[in-house]
Amino acid sequence: MSEEQRLHLHVPEPEFRPGDTPDFSNVNIPNAGSVRRPEIDVPPEEIRDLAYSIIRVLNREGEAVGPWAGELDDDQLIEGLRHMMTLRTFDARMMMAQRQGKTSFYMQHLGEEAVSTAFQKVLVKGDMNFPTYRQAGLLLAQEYPMVKMMNQIYSNEEDPLHGRQLPIMYSEKEYGFFSISGNLGTQYIQAVGWAMASAIKHDTKIAAGWIGDGSTAESDFHASLVFASTYKAPVILNVVNNQWAISTFQGIAKGGSGTFAARGHGFGIPSLRVDGNDYLAVYAVAKWAAERARRNLGPVMIEYVTYRAGGHSTSDDPAAYRPKKESDAWPLGDPIERMKLHLIARGIWTEARHKQAEAEIRDQVLTAQKEAESHGTLHSGGAPSARDMFEDVYKEMPPHLRRQRQEAGI
Amino acid sequence: MSRMTMIQAIRDAMDVKMGQDEDVVVFGEDVGYFGGVFRCTQGLQEKYGRNRCFDTPINESGIVGAAIGMAAYGLRPCVEIQFADYVYPAYDQIVSEAARLRYRSAGDFTAPITIRMPTGGGIFGGQTHSQSPEAVFTQVSGLKVVVPSNPIDAKGLLIASIEDDDPVIFLEPKRLYNGPFDGHHEQPVTPWSKHELGEVPDGHYSIPLGKAKVTREGSAVTVLAYGTMVYVAEAAARETGIDAEIIDLRTLLPLDEETIIASVKKTGRCVVVHEATLTSGFGGELLSRVQETCFYHLEAPIIRVAGWDTPYPHAQEWDYFPGPARVGRALVKVMEA
Repeated sequence: MSEEQRLHLHVPEPEFRPGDTPDFSNVNIPNAGSVRRPEIDVPPEEIRDLAYSIIRVLNREGEAVGPWAGELDDDQLIEGLRHMMTLRTFDARMMMAQRQGKTSFYMQHLGEEAVSTAFQKVLVKGDMNFPTYRQAGLLLAQEYPMVKMMNQIYSNEEDPLHGRQLPIMYSEKEYGFFSISGNLGTQYIQAVGWAMASAIKHDTKIAAGWIGDGSTAESDFHASLVFASTYKAPVILNVVNNQWAISTFQGIAKGGSGTFAARGHGFGIPSLRVDGNDYLAVYAVAKWAAERARRNLGPVMIEYVTYRAGGHSTSDDPAAYRPKKESDAWPLGDPIERMKLHLIARGIWTEARHKQAEAEIRDQVLTAQKEAESHGTLHSGGAPSARDMFEDVYKEMPPHLRRQRQEAGI
Repeated sequence: MSRMTMIQAIRDAMDVKMGQDEDVVVFGEDVGYFGGVFRCTQGLQEKYGRNRCFDTPINESGIVGAAIGMAAYGLRPCVEIQFADYVYPAYDQIVSEAARLRYRSAGDFTAPITIRMPTGGGIFGGQTHSQSPEAVFTQVSGLKVVVPSNPIDAKGLLIASIEDDDPVIFLEPKRLYNGPFDGHHEQPVTPWSKHELGEVPDGHYSIPLGKAKVTREGSAVTVLAYGTMVYVAEAAARETGIDAEIIDLRTLLPLDEETIIASVKKTGRCVVVHEATLTSGFGGELLSRVQETCFYHLEAPIIRVAGWDTPYPHAQEWDYFPGPARVGRALVKVMEA
């Protein structure tokens, strides 16, 4: 057999590995403002190009330009910046707390702060997110008490989840935040089911599912798209493409399809791709999708192109698999810096105000942290009751669990 | 009272609950217009509309995942997996999601869903239509596992399952759908229409989960059975003349230990039977519980009769199925010990 006839397995590799100099100059980034904005009720087949482009609003000079601009007023923009800054400061403090042994585990959002904080602003009370572990901005953008999140992270005596769940796997029904599983992709189809229920009951609420680029490879992703497409469920299917699934680059999940958003086309789901580091673009596209879902026009898929600037979790060191400078070379910049530049360009923000805001936010986070730590941290101070371990397995505790609790002597 | 097959009784349970509670929705593969491959949902779409009873894509993970989302919204889904053999793609959604949702969210969200599926062999269904996977569910904290053995119980237990606020795996022994099959495959089965357990009360009633039933009182040996094996055990007792006390467990999780313990303490002997494979089967759990609680009352080692540890075969079905002859031999052996 000649060599040409032998088969070879194709295993994609990222362009850059540790030691390489990252260079994204060949990545095609459309200019801000250059991508069209279709009508809300556009047929999906007429906007296929939007799954292969990147909708952007903020340009290099910090100006908001093009058909997706003009959605947010001054106060909303400043609030957006503050939410992103709060999330980053919160993350920094909790990363440090984990290093200090106050909790076992943490997952930060570094570089991805715009996605969840901006998205939340298009939802209304009663809507439901089915988040992954990297959307805490959905809570912070609703002014959710940071101390409650920290109590959960510390698994202390005030932990709303009674110490049962891994840190950051929050659950807050009142804030439209479904219990985070920690298993990957399972929540996506649940979001579709929730949205189907809303339609079954002729309600007005919509759902939002969240998944990462890596987890789109899960079978549940396919299930979600089939169900959403078949029943025209009022759901926004968010794909956060932060380029990395722990050490695995996005090409392993994406395979030969051009983009993750492009996967929506096979299901007849309108799919848009957006600059995930552009708060204004995220907000505008999410708002478009939410309005479409509320008008009973069915699901929308959004791919947020962003970059995971930090490790996957506190258990991960990205230096082992990607160049240290890759984050700096990432062409879509930093969401907070870009928003800051925009506010300054708009004349409603200054370096001095920014510094002042940083100090205020730091104070707020520290105050919350102090309060949370007064209720204990994972290995010291107040802890959830051991008895709680046996509660909520079922609504009523069955005899065998009652007996085991007795045996445990708690 | 109406004469019903187990299929009709199951359908009637869903009909009663859909009529009473607008939050009850029914869906699965072929369950809508057609009414299910075993016809358990026949007529429900016509009666309650496509919004409440509908066909789904062939995706078990999707069926259960969507049901969990609907339950989080506030509905009470009762979904069908066409055969228990097809449930494995949904296993992650059942184990990691439905079963743990209440626990991990401290009651913030719950999953009051019922997952119905035909189970067991006896229909020449081969590997893909004959399995009894109850033990892969009884091992999971947060689930309830129910196996009815007759129309009256099927209706009452299904109503209780739908009303239950925790996720319930509802395994329907498909060989019992039309009559109390006792393993004598060469003989015709008495249809439920000619059996007292086919006399199903009308309207709403429920049978509490976690309560076993003594189907035959006896003093010589306790037989722990569920589903089709209840009738196989009855046939074995009849044919050997051994005065067995037969307990139909009805719910495997949570288990009615009180009834089991009282009986074994009385008889001093115990045989555990199920169709599922022997190794790591639910029988192992039953045996442990009996040993732990009744050891000093036992006069003989406990014997298990179960499916062989092979995949479920096709042509060899009756060599595989633990029929009355095998159960009878176990009864004789436990009495001789």
